[in-house]
Amino acid sequence: MSQLSSHSQKRYVVSGIIIAVAAIFILKLFYMQVISDKYKILSESNVRRIVTIYPARGLIYDRNGRKIVSNEEAYDVMVVPRQVRNIDTAELCQLLEIDMQSFTNRLNKARQYSPYRASPFVEQISKTTYGYLQEKLYRFPGFFVQPRTLRTYPYPIAAHTLGYVGEVNQKEIESDPYYRMGDYIGKSGIEKSYEKELRGVKGEKIVLVDVFNREKGSFENGLYDKPQMAGQDLITSLDLDLQLLGEKLMMNKRGSIVAIEPSTGEILAIVSSPSYDPNLLVGRVRGENFKRLSQDPLNPLFNRSIQATYSPGSTFKLVNALVGLQTGAITPESRFYCNGKASLPIACSHSHYSPLELIGAIEQSCNPYFWGVFKTTIEKTGGGDIHKGYNIWRQNVMSLGFGNYFDTDIPNQVKGNIPSSQYYDRYFGEKGWKALTIRSLAIGQGEILITPLQLANQAVVIANKGYYYPPHVVKSVQGKPTRWNKKQSSIDSQHFETITKGMYRVFQGVSGTGRWYKLENIDICGKTGTVQNPHGKDHSLCIAFAPAENPKIAISVVIENAGFGATWAVPIASLMIEKYLTGKISRTELEERMSQANLL
Amino acid sequence: MNTTRYKYHNPFAGIDRTLLWLYFTLVIFGWLNIYAAVYDEIHKNIFDLQTNYGRQMIWIATSFVIAMAILLTDVKLFNSFAFFIYGLVIVSLILVLFVGKEISGSKSWLQIGPISIQPGEFAKFATNLALASYLGNIKRNFSKAGVKIAAFSIILIPALIILAQNETGSALVFLSFILVLYREGLSAKVLIAGAIIIALFVLALVLDKYILIGLCALILLVYYLTRRNRKKLHWILIGIFIATSSITFSVDYVFHNVLQPHQRSRINVLLGKETDIKGAGYNVYQSMIAIGSGGFWGKGYLKGTQTKYNYVPKQSTDFIFCTIGEEWGFVGSLILIGLYVGLMLRILQLAERQRSAFSRIYGYGVASIIFAHFAINIGMTIGLLPVIGIPLPFVSYGGSSLLAFTILLFIFIKLDAHRHDII
Repeated sequence: MSQLSSHSQKRYVVSGIIIAVAAIFILKLFYMQVISDKYKILSESNVRRIVTIYPARGLIYDRNGRKIVSNEEAYDVMVVPRQVRNIDTAELCQLLEIDMQSFTNRLNKARQYSPYRASPFVEQISKTTYGYLQEKLYRFPGFFVQPRTLRTYPYPIAAHTLGYVGEVNQKEIESDPYYRMGDYIGKSGIEKSYEKELRGVKGEKIVLVDVFNREKGSFENGLYDKPQMAGQDLITSLDLDLQLLGEKLMMNKRGSIVAIEPSTGEILAIVSSPSYDPNLLVGRVRGENFKRLSQDPLNPLFNRSIQATYSPGSTFKLVNALVGLQTGAITPESRFYCNGKASLPIACSHSHYSPLELIGAIEQSCNPYFWGVFKTTIEKTGGGDIHKGYNIWRQNVMSLGFGNYFDTDIPNQVKGNIPSSQYYDRYFGEKGWKALTIRSLAIGQGEILITPLQLANQAVVIANKGYYYPPHVVKSVQGKPTRWNKKQSSIDSQHFETITKGMYRVFQGVSGTGRWYKLENIDICGKTGTVQNPHGKDHSLCIAFAPAENPKIAISVVIENAGFGATWAVPIASLMIEKYLTGKISRTELEERMSQANLL
Repeated sequence: MNTTRYKYHNPFAGIDRTLLWLYFTLVIFGWLNIYAAVYDEIHKNIFDLQTNYGRQMIWIATSFVIAMAILLTDVKLFNSFAFFIYGLVIVSLILVLFVGKEISGSKSWLQIGPISIQPGEFAKFATNLALASYLGNIKRNFSKAGVKIAAFSIILIPALIILAQNETGSALVFLSFILVLYREGLSAKVLIAGAIIIALFVLALVLDKYILIGLCALILLVYYLTRRNRKKLHWILIGIFIATSSITFSVDYVFHNVLQPHQRSRINVLLGKETDIKGAGYNVYQSMIAIGSGGFWGKGYLKGTQTKYNYVPKQSTDFIFCTIGEEWGFVGSLILIGLYVGLMLRILQLAERQRSAFSRIYGYGVASIIFAHFAINIGMTIGLLPVIGIPLPFVSYGGSSLLAFTILLFIFIKLDAHRHDII
């Protein structure tokens, strides 16, 4: 019994432990909350200011290590609305060169974002203003200057592909907690697709400021500062000289040039014209310039290389030939009759010997021949079933990179269109169509739509005899090479050899459509296209690759409303190839004539 | 005779009102503070299910339903099913090790449909039931070594599995069962030895291990020389010396080779040995600033500025006490600590009036578990203990935690209501 009662005494020991711990807590809390001022002072946000350290955004280089995007210093005036009090508003307005109305608006906007967090008040003040302000800042509690970096472009090139950097919007702030109001983010191009790498990581420095808003040094010797991490540099696949030439040749024209290294999928040059100087979309002038550019009737913000879609015209005959060969519907020796302008259902615009074999038909770009190829392909492979035949044709076409985006570092591509058989079912009814109904596809007209990037990729696949890497603009991030998955087309390599022979004759043959612009020592393989369209004169198209053996460059050129493919697109492609492969232009007169031409 | 019949008709008769009110007060106070911690201008509605406080409301409602169910359960079932529940929890703990979901470094969550639960939270009351059922059996005498080993095993098995899940905090809670064992006959020397080991542990981290061992030797030598009766004393003292030395060395080894880097740096921050780290010290520092800046009366409900800055991490879960300290000040902190102390002392008081050993041991277990959480959590937020992530009972946001503590407490309330019955 005594043991039992002694056990129940233990309750007081346990209770004592509990009370002792609680007492320690209460003492500590009493010290922290009542006696000590330390924490109150620390919590007063006007003594502790968090200064964000923006790391310099990563630089961007061309494939030979020449800088194409760089940074310059800028200063933003920031405001923490809750700390603003008793200031001489008129004087501040005068210093910042803004009016009272604007002052109120800006402060309200900042307050709306957060009364406690800093947000930009006036962006990119001049160095002189910064100098003045720095001295007088102590009289404006709540305001401080935030240094940051802005983009600058030594060469006004590749604006669409490089993209631009702008302030984050509300949606971006909500979707990623990293961003705070006033932060910059890549809005388009590779600035967008490599945002995480380029931006680095913001640092934070906690500084103590006195009641006069003057910095009093770091807080606890920088113990709680967060270090910044510099942005990573990008080496692009662009060749600065080639890009510059491309932009020059495309002056005063609507259209696009895309040049790719076939063995890697690296884009050597990508021109969309009309373009703009990327320096226009930097910093505080960005908003105004953006508005002006977006209202320009020539639409310079539109990235034609990846967003404009065209009928491919005669360049698509190569695709039809490839599908025909692959499905066994035709052989290189197959012949189809051409009756010149009297041919049915599609007339031929060239006069030549008939019937031609495949290679000759490519050289001459004979319309009736390729109608024959298309009809035979669809009817033979389908065995009477138009849907089956068409679907096989479509799958083969799409395996060359058409009708879909490339999974790559170029944002905002469009798909183009290789219509599905359901589309024709809806349009003509399930039994209402056959090869004849969709005959335009035989010569790359009709519903098919492709982008200049896809067109260049077609040249790549042919140059590689069957495969491609998704075309991309960035070779390496901070020295680490980017990786891309090889894509294999559904067409066997010997068929590419066959049509390459035809493409060789387009430039080197006696009656090839590109023969006027062949090069002395380099064999070019290519195909021209002249595309009818509802907007006026024909579009001038061309694809090419060179040298014929072991190709180093594949290219597509599209000039809107210019006329024959052979007149404009071919010489431009030829000049680009020469420049890339020899490093110089021997035909300066031609270069002059092309760049001077105004086709708008 | 009449009263007995009456009891059968009313399952709520005899339940302790004090515990009930303390429970409700803590739960509601917690909910209000979760709202304050997460509060922003966009999600003003306290019932918004997109937010922690909206979801907590659902958990509170669920807890009330479960509490009700426990009060309606036949009281005899808790003892009979103790080991069944214990086994079930052990199985699910092991299951988690294999199929568990990893959330911020610890693999302790089980995903069942849309909800994820933490079996570790439920292991506490299950272990408590099993321990009470085992030691509550009159056939078992705690002074026997076999019974002691079995009792320790019941406690350590779930603790070790939880440790393997990387939930150090929850595993530490099981150490609090030592208070239960103390009540049931474990020698006070074990408690004192435990305290000395903890002191040695801290000293071993602060001082050089050879200096510490030298100090121990010195103290023992002085003790030996000052005593008159030295018969056999030297053997005991040499034994103590060997024990302290080996503890010192093993602490050193455990600290440098067993603990993970983040645990090491948390302890170093607390001991003031590490100052150049950013992450670990920052949290505690911000937490202390938030609490310290609350002052005597606090900044007022929903007016905590540190909260609005998002300075303190995990504000609604592990660091909920920051919000309380900042917005309710010293007065609020005092009241909250008072509520917990009241709750624990009341449980101990009720435990001692139980006729059945099962109920008494269970009651001590409830108080011990709540005590461990209370001490570790608040100690962490005010910078007295290293950062160990465990919730504040009934107050912190989190479904598993609230449900588990509700079950833990209400089983005791139910047992207490039937203290005159034979259980």
